[in-house]
Amino acid sequence: MATQINKQLGDNVFLTTLDAAASWGRANSLWPMPFATACCGIELMSTAASKHDLSRFGSEVMRFSPRQCDLMIVAGRVVMKMLPVLQRIWLQMPEPKWCISMGACACSGGVFDTYAVVQGIDRFMPVDVYIPGCPPRPEQLIRGIIDLQEKIQKGGTYNAREFKLRILPEGPPRFDEDELIRIRERNGFKLDDPKYDPVH
Amino acid sequence: MTTETTKPNSAEIDAVKVKLAESLNGVSLVWSEFRDQTRVVFPSTELLKCLNAFKAAGFDQLSDLTAVDLLEYGNATDRFEVVYCLLNIDNGLRLIAKTYLNEPDLTIPSATSVWFGADWLEREVYDMYGILFSDHPNFKRLLLPQEFQSFPMRKDYPVKGRGERHNFPVITRAES
Repeated sequence: MATQINKQLGDNVFLTTLDAAASWGRANSLWPMPFATACCGIELMSTAASKHDLSRFGSEVMRFSPRQCDLMIVAGRVVMKMLPVLQRIWLQMPEPKWCISMGACACSGGVFDTYAVVQGIDRFMPVDVYIPGCPPRPEQLIRGIIDLQEKIQKGGTYNAREFKLRILPEGPPRFDEDELIRIRERNGFKLDDPKYDPVH
Repeated sequence: MTTETTKPNSAEIDAVKVKLAESLNGVSLVWSEFRDQTRVVFPSTELLKCLNAFKAAGFDQLSDLTAVDLLEYGNATDRFEVVYCLLNIDNGLRLIAKTYLNEPDLTIPSATSVWFGADWLEREVYDMYGILFSDHPNFKRLLLPQEFQSFPMRKDYPVKGRGERHNFPVITRAES
């Protein structure tokens, strides 16, 4: 059947799946939500500017309303006062949506290992692509966006059902072991106490 | 070109010292000099009286109000030091006024009745050090969330905190 159609119509018709067609469209028109809190935001602006020209990769339409975006780029450190805002903005974005964690601070807290800085946004929200660097160069961000486009094209579905499978938290656990140790020390436990077991 | 043996402003500082000795008769003020800075330590029990006297002596601007935690610092005997950096706008004279506080009584009267600019500065000092200011018009934390329990600039507070940075709900992809 397909060969008969091919004979009659030549290259004017091709067959694909609905998933692939939808993902092709989505991957090539990402609308980023720039959540820029630090110097990574400057690189993000530079990526969108004329020299590096993010529009060559179909994702130049930055919108500052989460309702109009489908790609959140978290560029910079997120402090404990900002994280509820980040989570609320993420929840306000319509499906399908993706998240890029840009730079060392967003991925892991970076050098800011202090009481106020969240040690990686992936502890509290899902992340699709991590970009290392402090800050990453625009080429690295473009590479990350290309990787995300490949991820969308390979795994995307027209009704976004692949997201429903991701029911578990994907980042490291919320509590660090050393923080648990400090909490227990404050409560009177000693490290050389035989009953003391920081893991269990 | 002449070499100056006396420091600039020393005559004005001396005048201020005389003026304060008159207006704060009976209050023990400890004066010291460090690299052109004039510092005075006053007792925290006479705080408002001293601050009003400083203002009457010409220091009409509170350029900064901060605190220092002296825990395990040198041979310091007091725990906290509240620092008032004062400026005389007319002649540019500066004065660092300090007072010492110790636990458990960390309440001092607010300086907002003297310099209203102390409002946010005192809230920040409370936020970071837990020093309480009575009669403040809007006394609550300035920078940290209101539900924050600790005072992070105290020296006995761990740098990595006590789990505050991890006390958030985890959003999975399926439910977001």
